[in-house]
Amino acid sequence: MNQRSSNLLDEALGLDQVIEPWPLRGRVVAIEDQVETSGSFVLHHLLKCSLSPNSSNVTIFIAFSEPFSHYDRILRKLGCNLVSQRDNSRFFFFDMLKLQCPDGDEGITPEGGLIALYGKIHKTISALPEICWRNVSIIIDDLSLMEVAANGSSDYVLDFLHYCRTLTSEFDCSLITLNHEDIYSSEDRPTFFIQMEYLADILIKAEPLATGLATDVHGQLTVSNKGRNKVSNFHFKVKENVVECFYPGRSRG
Amino acid sequence: MAESICRALRDGALEGELAPALTIKDSVASPFALQVFSHVISQLFSSILAGKSQSRGLVVVSFSRSPSFYLDLLKNKGIDVASSNKQIQILDCYSDPLGWKDQLAGSRDFTALSNEALVSSTAIVFREVKHMDKLYNSIIELGKGLVRGGKIRFSIAIDSVDEMLRHAPVSSVARLLSNLRSHDQISSLFWLLHSDLHEARVSAVLEYLSSIVASLEPSHQLANGQRGDLENFKHNSKKGKFHVRFKKRNGRVRVMSEEVQIEQSGINFTSLPPEGAINQGLVPKVQFSLQLSEKERIDKANVVLPFEHQGNGKPIQIYDGRRSLVDSKHERPVAAVENVQTNENCGSGEIIYYRDSDDEMPDSDEDPDDDLDI
Repeated sequence: MNQRSSNLLDEALGLDQVIEPWPLRGRVVAIEDQVETSGSFVLHHLLKCSLSPNSSNVTIFIAFSEPFSHYDRILRKLGCNLVSQRDNSRFFFFDMLKLQCPDGDEGITPEGGLIALYGKIHKTISALPEICWRNVSIIIDDLSLMEVAANGSSDYVLDFLHYCRTLTSEFDCSLITLNHEDIYSSEDRPTFFIQMEYLADILIKAEPLATGLATDVHGQLTVSNKGRNKVSNFHFKVKENVVECFYPGRSRG
Repeated sequence: MAESICRALRDGALEGELAPALTIKDSVASPFALQVFSHVISQLFSSILAGKSQSRGLVVVSFSRSPSFYLDLLKNKGIDVASSNKQIQILDCYSDPLGWKDQLAGSRDFTALSNEALVSSTAIVFREVKHMDKLYNSIIELGKGLVRGGKIRFSIAIDSVDEMLRHAPVSSVARLLSNLRSHDQISSLFWLLHSDLHEARVSAVLEYLSSIVASLEPSHQLANGQRGDLENFKHNSKKGKFHVRFKKRNGRVRVMSEEVQIEQSGINFTSLPPEGAINQGLVPKVQFSLQLSEKERIDKANVVLPFEHQGNGKPIQIYDGRRSLVDSKHERPVAAVENVQTNENCGSGEIIYYRDSDDEMPDSDEDPDDDLDI
């Protein structure tokens, strides 16, 4: 797999040179996609990188959208076995598909909902040996469904994300989230969405091409890395077991 | 200009006036308010340490960054925080704003990490951000602890008001800020605001409460959805326009602009070339020049208008359009114009006027409107 050296996405994220120590540590990464162009492949890619045999990363995956078997199938194609990683305690999967937060303000108690989830994440990290803390990635798929689970209370989700963010400064771990850009209307203020952009140290936008769907190019990615003061933009094509990234006009198709 | 902000905050409040307050606001297109905020904090704190400012201590209310972020920031600026923790205190509304950790610790095996020694000696965790009254009391208490009573003043930095507005209604946030401004031990205060997270009226409320507003805008406007925007987008990720509006006591307003550049090491302010450059973007593209050059402006100022020489002792002459005041002038108008253009220091200008034709009635004492029937 010599794909690593040529991957523009890795380059933009700073994953191309060293992955130990984890380059995203202490960072918040926000992935935003649209209905025509799913950004979940970025999530899978990051998951694969963090579980690569060259690193000692630990991933905590909070799934609101798909069951474990779904991710297992995809990652297997990418050359990574989630079941064995789970057995090795490098992959923690929190199935939140059925999470339903109690209604109303009185429902926000430590026994249920997102506070308990935060407690679970915190407990998982602090149970790890101290040397692993800075190599932990927390991945949330995805924020819009978390908002649904929280009965549409975006404030509650933001509170939860704030607490997850305190984990990044407390343990120096990283937080990676996926969200959909086009479900927030432009008329009333998409506060939640903008708030996420302020929180993020690295913002990855997946958009369709302005010219519509094409067979050789599936969309474009824009990565703004606030820490390194860098913006990169390139096209991508999602293949069965790899994602190809190339500069506009360089498609090999 | 960034210095004049820092100077205003350093000089503090006058007796019997509200403390100067600064809003630093930005938007997603140019999100550098935190960098400006950090710059102001480190400038103000170093003048506090040097004893040059009215205030003797700084209270940082941190909502969106951890206390160690600010301690590292000051350390990177070469300020020895460990020995100066008598002058800075951080009210930590970041680590556990809603008391979740506290609740979890009570109910199950949840062990919160203990902070580093330095952080715990300068920061105090605040757990009830929904209660603005308690927040006010904690801020004042921390400040008083720093300066130890009397009439000695301290400054306050709030990062950011957005988080406060998420937890409490606008009215109580406004009350908190205006109570702080009118407290007689507060020298100055400043806060950070992401203006696009709120309705326009909320930013307006906060701007009314402040005597200085510093706003960051992208240096290139993005037209939505165009592919060519990428270059502008890249440009905006490093640079921005920085406007500062000072409001004087008497209501006079002064606006200044600068350019900011974000670098790895921090933020740089560069002054824009005067006026022309600022207006350039605003004036639509036309084929003739609407602006005056510096020299044209000086020449224009030198022109003595017909009424200006009256009453300075010379006989009053009213020009009636038929002859020049100085008889020979009309014979060499070209030379006169050249003279104006070549000699920068020429002391006086003149008005050159040709009658178009004899049809034009010369000025006279007759009232041209006397046949008007009103």
